[in-house]
Amino acid sequence: MPKTTPFHPRTGPLNHPQIWENWAGYLVAPQYQHSEISEYYSVRNSAGLLDTSPLFKYKFSGPDAEAFLMHAMARDIRKCKPGRAQYTVWCDDAGYVVEDGVIMHVSVGEYWLTAAEPNLRYFRQIARKKGFDVQIDDITTDYGILALQGPKSLEILQELTSDLNGVGFFRLAHTKLDGHSVVISRTGYTGDLGYELWVPKDSCVAVWDALMSAGSGYNITPMGLHALKMARIEAGLLLLDVDFYSSRYAWTDAQQDTAHELGWGWMFKNLAKDDRAFIGREAIEAEIANRTSRHNTVGLIIDWYDYQEKHREAGIMPPLEGVFNEGTMNIYKISDTPWEYGGYATCMMYSSLLRSHIAIAKLPLELCEPGTEVDLELSIIRRSVNVKARVAELPFFNPARKTARE
Amino acid sequence: MKKYDAIVIGGGHNGLVNAGYLAKAGLNTLVLERRPYVGGAAVTEELLPGYKFTTFSYALSLIRPDICQELNLPEHGMMTLPMPNHFHPAEDGRFLKLGADSYENYHEIAKLSLEDAEAMHDFGHIMDRVCHALKPLVDMIPPNPQSQEPEELERMAEFHAIMEGMPPDVQDMVQKLWTSSIAEVLDEYFENDLVKGMLASSAIIGSMCGPRSKESGMVWLFHKMGEYDGIFGEWGFHKGGNGGFTQCLGRAFEAFGGTILCDAGVDEVLRKDGAAIGVKLSSGEEIYADIVVSALDPRNTFLRLVDPAELPEDLVKHIEDFKFQGSAAKVNFVLSDVPKHPNHEYSSEIFRGFLNVGPTFDYLEEAFADAQEGRFSRRPFIDGCIQSTIDPDMTPPGKHIMSNFVMWAPYHLKDSDWDTERDNLGDAVQETLNSFFPGFNDLVEHREVVTPLDIERIVGIAEGNIFHGELFADQLFFSRPAPGWNQYRTPIKGYYQCGSGTHPGGCVIGAPGKLASMQILRDREKAAA
Ligand SMILES: Cc1cc2nc3c(=O)[nH]c(=O)nc-3n(C[C@H](O)[C@H](O)[C@H](O)COP(=O)(O)OP(=O)(O)OC[C@H]3O[C@@H](n4cnc5c(N)ncnc54)[C@H](O)[C@@H]3O)c2cc1C
Repeated sequence: MPKTTPFHPRTGPLNHPQIWENWAGYLVAPQYQHSEISEYYSVRNSAGLLDTSPLFKYKFSGPDAEAFLMHAMARDIRKCKPGRAQYTVWCDDAGYVVEDGVIMHVSVGEYWLTAAEPNLRYFRQIARKKGFDVQIDDITTDYGILALQGPKSLEILQELTSDLNGVGFFRLAHTKLDGHSVVISRTGYTGDLGYELWVPKDSCVAVWDALMSAGSGYNITPMGLHALKMARIEAGLLLLDVDFYSSRYAWTDAQQDTAHELGWGWMFKNLAKDDRAFIGREAIEAEIANRTSRHNTVGLIIDWYDYQEKHREAGIMPPLEGVFNEGTMNIYKISDTPWEYGGYATCMMYSSLLRSHIAIAKLPLELCEPGTEVDLELSIIRRSVNVKARVAELPFFNPARKTARE
Repeated sequence: MKKYDAIVIGGGHNGLVNAGYLAKAGLNTLVLERRPYVGGAAVTEELLPGYKFTTFSYALSLIRPDICQELNLPEHGMMTLPMPNHFHPAEDGRFLKLGADSYENYHEIAKLSLEDAEAMHDFGHIMDRVCHALKPLVDMIPPNPQSQEPEELERMAEFHAIMEGMPPDVQDMVQKLWTSSIAEVLDEYFENDLVKGMLASSAIIGSMCGPRSKESGMVWLFHKMGEYDGIFGEWGFHKGGNGGFTQCLGRAFEAFGGTILCDAGVDEVLRKDGAAIGVKLSSGEEIYADIVVSALDPRNTFLRLVDPAELPEDLVKHIEDFKFQGSAAKVNFVLSDVPKHPNHEYSSEIFRGFLNVGPTFDYLEEAFADAQEGRFSRRPFIDGCIQSTIDPDMTPPGKHIMSNFVMWAPYHLKDSDWDTERDNLGDAVQETLNSFFPGFNDLVEHREVVTPLDIERIVGIAEGNIFHGELFADQLFFSRPAPGWNQYRTPIKGYYQCGSGTHPGGCVIGAPGKLASMQILRDREKAAA
């Protein structure tokens, strides 16, 4: 039997199509209603409520917690003061990315981390090898996590607590909802105003109910993974096993990326002033110095007219709604040599909001300049057809409310 | 002396689209709007604090996708919220609820008729192909068959290529819709009265025709040409109502450097030697431009803003005979809660799309018969929706606002007038809703009735016709608004038309505005060459 999350008593009956997806061994709803696009729009128009409990959750504490994280994580944890959260990556010695995740400095010296894959042994081994006095616990099943995302998320929470007033982007609040203690971070995977709530497992059903009832006047909408995945592409947020793989289980270099190659070079802007000996540092410095990055990760916007034209030539309506692809798609250079390989897209979708087909792509640096034209290979009635696309900066969508201080 | 490159009279959506393209092309463009804000028939008005009314137009589908691209509308906040389902109640308590899953729809229709459930797919497929084939016609400047200019011959050839290039079954269907009633078309595909009733509603919206009138096929097809994310015939709510959309258009226009002047009604287009030279405002102020575009309806464009005596007689005659005969009204409510249907558990779901009150052809024909007698329908057709179930910015939390589009409310009443009948119409709508949703009356906190006369008075549209003139076959394409004058020009040099009374026609569609701008810019280029 697959496991269920602590919100399942509520999410189960709400799953109208009764389709479930396996996320890390848990049943989660890909969608709660047939109209996925309605669910998606809750994130941009009102508020979507999403169960992300299957994430692996780790707690770091003990005298060396900070020192350990300074070493294990590529970003400097000292910048993450108590009450703050940080988006970070951890790399291997070769500078390849193991994984990414959000770490929260929950209270002085105590950190919570979410990760897509199991990382307990990975972190403990590093601690053991280096002799850090750090306590690393798997708290995955102690908490359920809810993401409340969208322009109305704050107003809904404010119906229940005043502790979120003035809580900025990537800041935390310890509060009570309907009498239940929760830790709330202003973070999310949608690129919108939003919050993530860590709820002790026995409080999950009560907190779900409190949110649904507080949100009833705001069109709070239970939202499945598909809607989340649409939002995250617009937000330019990468997904493990779609946009990149963990270096831990890679066989060859072609299966792994450095942080720079994934567009995370911004994390190392102050490397010169950073005195830490973190894992991967030397490789990353060499990559910067020798410019050895093989590619960068950028956005692509598919040319509207070419997309229309190519489908009309084939005699069919250009598909918009429902176009969503997490498979690799080839990109070719626009040159005199036909089919001259350029790179590849890792995901592509029609964004109803932006009224464009958008993709996340890995391209050699000479093709990464915004505005550069490339050909994206689509399959139109079982034939390969190149459609023009332009390089764009990520994120595609970045509303002011995401980071606004009220 | 104030002088612009172009002045657009009327800040409805078509005026704004037109102005947006002109400004984008580098013309110093001024939009003059009589009301305190732009939008025309597509406005959202906060008539009570915290309550946003879509006073007139309330849903979006026909807006041309290219316009959204070319005017960068997503950047300016364009957001069309999908309608997850539509609800069609019968008078005996049964209902049809159709949503996003085609198999769920199949089983829903199969409760009434197994064959109809399957026919829905067949019908959907042929209609998709029809719309796809006709789409280029919507997006082209129609040819002028009276002209022998090479450019016109080319356009004519393009038109023929489109018409003759269609597969035979698509051609047949186009022919049928062009010339017959929607009832005849639907009768061939479906057997169940409720199913047919649900499909028929687009055929009578805003039009003085019933489902069995021969004009209704064309009206239906026109509406079908709209799309939501590439799905023909689907609709959405613009965030903040259709006024939210026209506000985006206004911002896009301004971002291209354009100027909007509100509370600036135009009395007259100034002419000199047969050419437009500017406008005169009601205030007496004169503003000059070599290009003047009327975004108003044809009656205003040809008979009021200029002196018809200066125009060709046949044109004037044609415009005088152009059928407006507005027949639609709105009745909008503030509700304390979502109405309940006796046989449907999840009430708020029902109203996230269209509530279609008009169960069968017979119901509709009876309502239409009233209009033919010169009175409003005592039991009207109602297209209702409660955008606040989706868009929390429409009302304070927990409250709702319900838009009801009502047929028929003929502009010309036989034995009464609209100021007398306003509340009677409101009562008829409320009673009808109460019969389908018992208890509805108790939810009503506030009511706004908008008669066709109100539409004429407030928006300025002749006889309150929501499309600036009927969408009947003889008032479209070659003849919208008049033969020989279907290409956005007028007999007065530099004076153009771009309202819904020009091709392709009404609805929040933008095509008249865009196509007119193409004509204007082309003429300008030619003159410069
Ligand atoms: C009640 C109602 C409901 C509708 N529902 C829908 C719907 O849900 N979906 C849909 O797609 N379509 C709907 N329509 C149709 C659609 O809204 C109209 O066809 C469309 O908005 C017309 O746009 P326009 O720009 O051509 O003209 P208008 O919107 O009529 O704009 C004309 C503008 O000119 C201004 N004006 C008038 N006289 C002067 C003057 N002398 N000087 C300066 N300015 C002047 C007016 O104030 C107005 O702003 C509806 C229409 C109505 C009336």
